Amino acid sequence: MLTFRSPFLVTWGYLIKSFKPLAAVTIAFSMNSMSQYAETFVSGSISVPIEHRFYPYTDNGGTSLAIAGEDFCVVASDTRQSEGFLINARYSPKAFKLSETAVLATNGFLADGFALVKRLEQRLEWYKHSHNKPMSISALAQMLSTTLYSKRFFPYYVGNLLGGLDENGRGVVYSFDPVGSYKPEVCRAGGSAAALVQPFLDNQVSFKHQPTATRTLSLEMAVKIAKDAFTSATERDIYTGDYLEIFVIKRDGITVEKMELKKD
Amino acid sequence: MTQRLEKPKGGFNFDNYQRNLFLEQKGLSLPKAISTGTTIVGVIFKDGIVLGADTRATEDTIVAEKNCKKIHYLAPNMYCCGAGTAADTEFTTALISSKLELHRLNTGREARVTTAMTFLKQMLFRYQGNVGAALILGGFDVNGPSLFLIHPHGSTDKTPYGTMGSGSLAAMSVFETRWRKNLERQEAIDLVKDAVEAGIFNDLGSGSNVDINIIERGRCEILRNYAKPNERDEKQASYKYPRGTTSILKESIRNLVLVTEGEAMDIS
Repeated sequence: MLTFRSPFLVTWGYLIKSFKPLAAVTIAFSMNSMSQYAETFVSGSISVPIEHRFYPYTDNGGTSLAIAGEDFCVVASDTRQSEGFLINARYSPKAFKLSETAVLATNGFLADGFALVKRLEQRLEWYKHSHNKPMSISALAQMLSTTLYSKRFFPYYVGNLLGGLDENGRGVVYSFDPVGSYKPEVCRAGGSAAALVQPFLDNQVSFKHQPTATRTLSLEMAVKIAKDAFTSATERDIYTGDYLEIFVIKRDGITVEKMELKKD
Repeated sequence: MTQRLEKPKGGFNFDNYQRNLFLEQKGLSLPKAISTGTTIVGVIFKDGIVLGADTRATEDTIVAEKNCKKIHYLAPNMYCCGAGTAADTEFTTALISSKLELHRLNTGREARVTTAMTFLKQMLFRYQGNVGAALILGGFDVNGPSLFLIHPHGSTDKTPYGTMGSGSLAAMSVFETRWRKNLERQEAIDLVKDAVEAGIFNDLGSGSNVDINIIERGRCEILRNYAKPNERDEKQASYKYPRGTTSILKESIRNLVLVTEGEAMDIS
C-alpha cells in the first residue's frame, strides 16, 4: 500500500481509507473484476463466488530532493527502480527537464510519473506555440496542480517536486501531493527516504536549530549537501541507491551530473 | 507447607496470544519484529563445509544494522546461518548450542550434526512456525561433512549445497550454474562469495559485507567480513557544529554539599 509522507497528505491519507470501500475508485474495478464460481467439497457441491481484484498501483521506490538557492536550484534523484525486494532497473531517471528553467522529479508509481511528464511536455509545447514564450515556473506549477486534480478520483500516484528559477531569476521549489496541493518552498525531499533526508535538509539548508549559522547557501555547498544526503539515505533505505542524477538550474542553463551510489 | 512442583507442559503457551489480540483490538500496535532479509548459503566441498552470509538486518524497508553477524556458533565442529526474524535465530541457536554442550558432557563424545538438526527441528515444529527461524546448519562429525536446511515450520533437507532467505534465488542461480562435486577449498570459498554477492546486489533485503565460515575435520576458520564490496566513500563535507551553536538559555548550579567544618574536597 503506498503511503506518502507529504505534510498536506494527512487529510488525503484519511480520505483514502474511507473511500476505498466506497464506489468512487472501486467502481471501475468491480465492473472489471471477474467472478468465478468454485466447487467446494462440503457435503455435496456448493458454489462460492471468488472475486478477482486488480490493484492499479505499485510502489517503485526511489528518493528525490530539491534545494532552492539565491540564483540557482538543485534537483537530485536516485535512479533505482524497484518492486518489492526486486530491482527492475538500476538506471531509470526520475527527474526530467521540462523547460530551460524547470526540472520535475517524480516519486512513487513510475508509470503514472512517466504519463504525467508526457502530458505536461505536450501542454508545454501548446503553450509555447500559442503564447510565443516559454512557460514560467509559477504557471507550470499551477498547470501541474490542475492536471493532478483533474484525476482527483483516480489519482496519479506520484509525489512531485518542481525545481527551477522564477521570473526574477531566484531559485524556487514547488512540492506537490498526489492530487495537486502545492506550495513554494526552500527545500523538500520526497520518495521512500524522504523521512531520512528532510530533517538533514532542514538543518543544513534552512539552518533550523542553528541560531548562530550564516543564512546564505552557496551552490557548491548545496550540491555537497545533496550528495551526502543521498549517500546517507542509501546506507539506510533499501530502495535508494545505484546512481544519482543532480540537475543544477542556473540563469545560463541546466547542467546534469551523474554520480555512483552503492548498489547493494 | 511444601507444594508439589508442576511439571511444565510441552507445546506452545497461547495465553499471551489471547492477550495480544485483545490489546490490538484496543488499539495497541505491536512492535515490528526485525527480520534479517538476508542471503545465507552453504556448500559441501571435498574436505568440509563452507558457510556464507550477508550482513544486513532490516526493519521492514529500513536498514537496522549494516554489519550484523548471521553465522552462529553451535559447537566447535558446527556452525549455523540464520535467516528470518533476528531474535528468533539468535535465541534458537543459543539454546541449541547450550543443549549440545550438555549433551557433549553427558556422552563424552563430539556432537553429531544430526543431533543438532534434531534438536532444532523438534523445537521449531513444537512452535508451529511461530518461531521465524530459517537455518542452514553445517558441520563436520564422525560421518564427515553434513549440510542441512531447516525451515521455520520444522522440515529439514539434507543437501550438498543450499541457500535461504530473501536473496536465496539470486544465490541459488550462482550455485546451479557453477557447483559440482568435490570442489577444492578455494573454489568453494569463491563460489560462496559470488553467491552471497549475487544476493547482496540483486536482492534489496540483503547487503553490505560477506561473512564466510570454513568447517573442516578438527578446525573451523572464521572469515568475518571476507569481502567488503560496499564500503562508504568519504563524505563531501564535514557537518561538525561550531561551539556555541546550541545556545545555553539558562544555567543553574545547585550546591548539593555544604561544607561547614574542615576543608572542602578538591574537585578540580
